[in-house]
Amino acid sequence: MSAAAHAVSPAASLTSAGGTNARIRVTVNGQAVVAEIEPRTLLVHFLREVLGLTGTHIGCDTSHCGACTVLLDGKAVKSCTVLAVQTDGREVRTVESLEVGGKLSPVQEAFIECHGLQCGFCTPGMMMSATALLAKTANPTEAEIRDAIRGNLCRCTGYVNIVKAIQSAGQKMQSAAGTGGKA
Amino acid sequence: MSAAPPHIKGGIGQSILRKEDARFVRGKGNYVDDVKLPGMLYLDITRSPYAHAKITAIRTERALKVPGVLAVITGKDLEAAGLAWMPTLMSDKQMVLPTDTVMYQAQEVAAVVADSRYAAADGAAAVEVDYEPLPVVTDPFKALEPGAPVIRTDRSEKSNHIWHWETGDKSGTDQLLTSSPVRVEQDLYIPRIHVSSMETCGCVAHMDSVTGRFTIYMTTQAPHAIRTVFALVAGLPEQNIRVISPDIGGGFGGKVPVYPGYVLAAVASIKTGHPVKWIEDRSENLQADSFARDYHIHAEVGATADGKVTALRVKTLADHGYTDAAANPSKFPAGLFHIITGSYPFAKAFVEVDAAYTNKPPGGIAYRCSFRVTEAVYTIERMMDILAHRLKIDPAEFRLKNFIPPEAFPYSSALGWTYDSGNYAGALQKAMQIIDYAGLRREQAEKRRRGELMGIGISSFTEIVGAGPSEKFDILGIKMFDSAEVRIHPTGKVIARFGTKSQGQGHETTYAQILAEELGIPADDIRVEEGDTDTAPYGLGTYASRSTPTAGAAAAVAARRIREKAQKIAAHLLEVSPDDVEWKDYAFRVKGVPSKSKTMQEVAFAAYTNHPRGIESGLEAVDYYDPPNMTYPFGSYICVVDIDKETGQIHVRRFVAVDDCGTIINPMIVDGQIHGGLTMGFAPALLEEIQYDENGNIRGGSFTDYLLPSAVETPKWETAKTVTPSPHHPIGAKGVGESATVGAPPAIVNAIVDALQPYGVEHIDIPVHPWKVWQILHGAEAKAK
Repeated sequence: MSAAAHAVSPAASLTSAGGTNARIRVTVNGQAVVAEIEPRTLLVHFLREVLGLTGTHIGCDTSHCGACTVLLDGKAVKSCTVLAVQTDGREVRTVESLEVGGKLSPVQEAFIECHGLQCGFCTPGMMMSATALLAKTANPTEAEIRDAIRGNLCRCTGYVNIVKAIQSAGQKMQSAAGTGGKA
Repeated sequence: MSAAPPHIKGGIGQSILRKEDARFVRGKGNYVDDVKLPGMLYLDITRSPYAHAKITAIRTERALKVPGVLAVITGKDLEAAGLAWMPTLMSDKQMVLPTDTVMYQAQEVAAVVADSRYAAADGAAAVEVDYEPLPVVTDPFKALEPGAPVIRTDRSEKSNHIWHWETGDKSGTDQLLTSSPVRVEQDLYIPRIHVSSMETCGCVAHMDSVTGRFTIYMTTQAPHAIRTVFALVAGLPEQNIRVISPDIGGGFGGKVPVYPGYVLAAVASIKTGHPVKWIEDRSENLQADSFARDYHIHAEVGATADGKVTALRVKTLADHGYTDAAANPSKFPAGLFHIITGSYPFAKAFVEVDAAYTNKPPGGIAYRCSFRVTEAVYTIERMMDILAHRLKIDPAEFRLKNFIPPEAFPYSSALGWTYDSGNYAGALQKAMQIIDYAGLRREQAEKRRRGELMGIGISSFTEIVGAGPSEKFDILGIKMFDSAEVRIHPTGKVIARFGTKSQGQGHETTYAQILAEELGIPADDIRVEEGDTDTAPYGLGTYASRSTPTAGAAAAVAARRIREKAQKIAAHLLEVSPDDVEWKDYAFRVKGVPSKSKTMQEVAFAAYTNHPRGIESGLEAVDYYDPPNMTYPFGSYICVVDIDKETGQIHVRRFVAVDDCGTIINPMIVDGQIHGGLTMGFAPALLEEIQYDENGNIRGGSFTDYLLPSAVETPKWETAKTVTPSPHHPIGAKGVGESATVGAPPAIVNAIVDALQPYGVEHIDIPVHPWKVWQILHGAEAKAK
C-alpha cells in the first residue's frame, strides 16, 4: 500500500479542500438549512451525508432506479441527478417528512397494509413518487399509477401490491378530504 | 352457532402485517451505506477496461496527490501479504487484485482510500495503468477448442476446461432413448443474467488495532459463513470477528459470494486503523459482481407412441467466467441441475455438464433460485411442450397424462432425489379452471382463423429447496444446517435469534408466527433478530429458499423443546403429575379438565420465580436443524400472450400462478414472494441478458441496456394455492421465495412458441425480444412472397 505524502484528517464532510465551496440555503422537510458544500455535490449525497437523512437511498446513480426520489418544490425528482446547489432557495421533501406528529401519511399506512414493500430499499423513493402523484391526481387509474412509478424500479414486489397501496392511499386521502380534511 | 376454532394472535396461516415495515416506511431502515462510524474512510476501485491483458505498470503518484487521498492498494501489496488471491466456494481461486494479468472487463486493479467518497472516486480515476492486451475468449465452445488461448495460466492444467460432472444411468438412458418410438431434441441457451438487487454490495470494515476486534457491516446473505471464511483466509481469530448483516436491500443470490471489494476494505482498515467503507455503484455491480445461468444445453427426450415419457438425456456446457466462483454446495458443481426430470416419471435419465473458463466475471450464482433449479425447470418444461407438439397432444393433456401421481410420493426420481410430497395434477387443474383453459383454446382457434397471434403456455414445475441434509450438503465443509435460539423472558415475551438473514422476505414476521403457533404467545410479543454473528446462533444463511425449511423448522423444534420443560413447570403449578398435563389449544391443560390450565406466560414467570427444585431456572432452547430431506415445492403456471404481427411486440395478457409450498405461514407474504418471483421470471424471459462482444466488452453494464421490468411492462399477476404439506418438515412448510422465478420463464416462452405455431416455430431462446419475433414473422412473409 502506498500512502499519500500530505496529511489529511478524515472527515465525512463534502467540503472541498480547495476552498471553492458554495453556500446554499434550502428548506429541507420544513427546516431552513444553510450549508457550505463542494459545488459538484449531488443532492442525494447532501441529504444523506451532510444532513444525515439516510432514508433516501442510492440504487443506481444513473437516474434509472428512482430509489433516491425526493420532492423538489413538490415535484418528484431523482436526487442523484440534481446538484445540491440547484436546490438553493427551494424546498426539498424526503421520506422523513411523511410522518407528521407521530402519524404516518396515508401513503405510508397503505404501503404497510397492502404489503407494498419487502426489502424496503426502493420504498422511500416509491412513496415519494406516489405522494407526488396523489397530490395532483386524487383518484388515479391503475394505468396512471403504473405510469407514475415507471421510473421507480422494485426488484422484490412485482409492483402488484405497490399499485394497490397507492390506490388505497388515494382512497384514504379522498375520504379524509370528504370529512373536512381531518383524518 | 359453532365457536371459532382456537387460534393465537399472529399464528400460522394469518396474514398479519409485517413487523419490519415500521422502520422501512419511515426511511429508518439501517442498510450498510447508512452506517457511519467515527473517523470512517472511503474506498473506491480502479477497474480494467480490458477483458484480458497484461498489466505492465501501475503508477499511483497522481492518485496520491489528489486532495483527500490517503493510500492506494495494488495487487503487489496484497501479494506481499499473501492476499492477492482468495479461495472460491468451489475449490477454485479468484483474484482480490491482479498482480500481472486482468481476466475480465471491469476487474478490480487498484483500490484507493480517501477521507471522502468523492476524493476516493477522484483518486481511483487518477491511478494510471499500462496494459498489453491479450487474446480474448468469450465463447465457451471456442474456449475448449484446441489451441484456444489459455486463460488461467496459473493452473497446472493448460486448458480452459474446469470440470466434468455427470449423473444417472448412461447406458440405460442411451438404450431406452434409442428404443423409444418418439424422440425430440433441442438446443437451449439460458443466457447470463444479473440479480441487480436494488441495493448494491458494500461494507464498512473496522479493525480495532487496540483490541484486535474486527467488525464488518456487510451486505451478506450468510454472515456466519463469512465469519468463518474471514478466519480461515485472513487468519484472524474467529472470536474477534463480528459480521453484521444489517438491513439488506435484496439479495437473490448476489450477496452470497465474497467480492474483492469486501476484502480490500478489510485490508484498508487493518492498514489504516480507521473504519473503511466500500459501496459499489450500479455499473460496478452490474459489470463485476457474480452472474447467474450461462448454460448451453442440449436435451433429448423419448416417449412411447401413445405419449408417455421414457428417458431424458442432457448435455450442457457451463460458462463460468474466469473462475469457478459458483455458490453451490461443495459436492454439487452443477448445483441441483439433476432435478431436471421435473414432475414426470422418467424411467431413465442421464445428465452431464462440462464447465469452461472464459474472459468474463465469475458466473454460477443463483438468481433467486436454488442452485441451477431454474436451468433444469426451464429445460424440462420447454422439452415437454416440444414433445407434446410432436405428438400432437395438447400440452395440458400431455402433462396430466404424464405427471407423477399423488400416490407415488415419496417418489424416487431417476436421478436419485426423493420427492417428499406432491399433487401436480391438482395444481394444473386448478390453474386451468381459474384461467378457463378450454375457453382460451377456443378463442385461440378462432383468432388463428383470422390470422391473429395468441398463445397459451404452461409450466408445471417441481423445485428442490431447503439445503440441506448434512450427509450431502456442505459449503467448504460446513454442514448446511440452520438454527434458532428462543428465550422466553419472565413476563412471557420472547426473543428469538436465527442463523439465517432476511433480505426482504419478512423473517421478523414469519418466524414470529411459527413461534406464536408453537408457544401460544402472540406474535406481537415475539422479537426476531438475525444478522449479527455475535448474538445469533451459527447458521448457513438465507438463499436457495432454505430459511423456512431449515431455520423455520429449527424454530418449531426449539419451541417444542421449551414446551417439554414448560410442561413440567405447569404440572408443578397445577399440582398434578406432568403426565396428567397436555398442551392443547395454546395452553397446558389437565387431561380431562381442560379448564384447569396454565398459559405459557404463567409458566414463563414461574420458570424464573417459582419452579420446582430439580428444574433449572429459565425457559429457553436452541436447535440446529439438520433436515432429513429437501423439500419439493411445485406449481402450475399458465400464461396467455398476444403478439403484434406488425411489431413483434409480446403482450402478456394473463398469467395465473398456482403454487403449492406446503403449509402457508403468512398468505400475504407468500403472495408477495410469488409476485416478486414471477417478475424475476418474466425479466429473463423477455428482457434481461448480459452479452459480451468478441473483445469481451460487456453489453448491459448499466440500467440503460440491462432492462429491469418497470411497473409498466410487468403483468398483473393472478395467484392461487393448493396445499400439500411436506411430511418431514415440523410444520409442513416447503419454502416459496423462488418458485415463481423458476416456474415462470418456460410458461412465457411456451406461450410465445404456441402463438407462433403457424410459423413452424419449435423454440426461441430467451430473452424473447420483439426483434427476434419480428424476424420470424418477417422471414416467413419473405418466404411466402
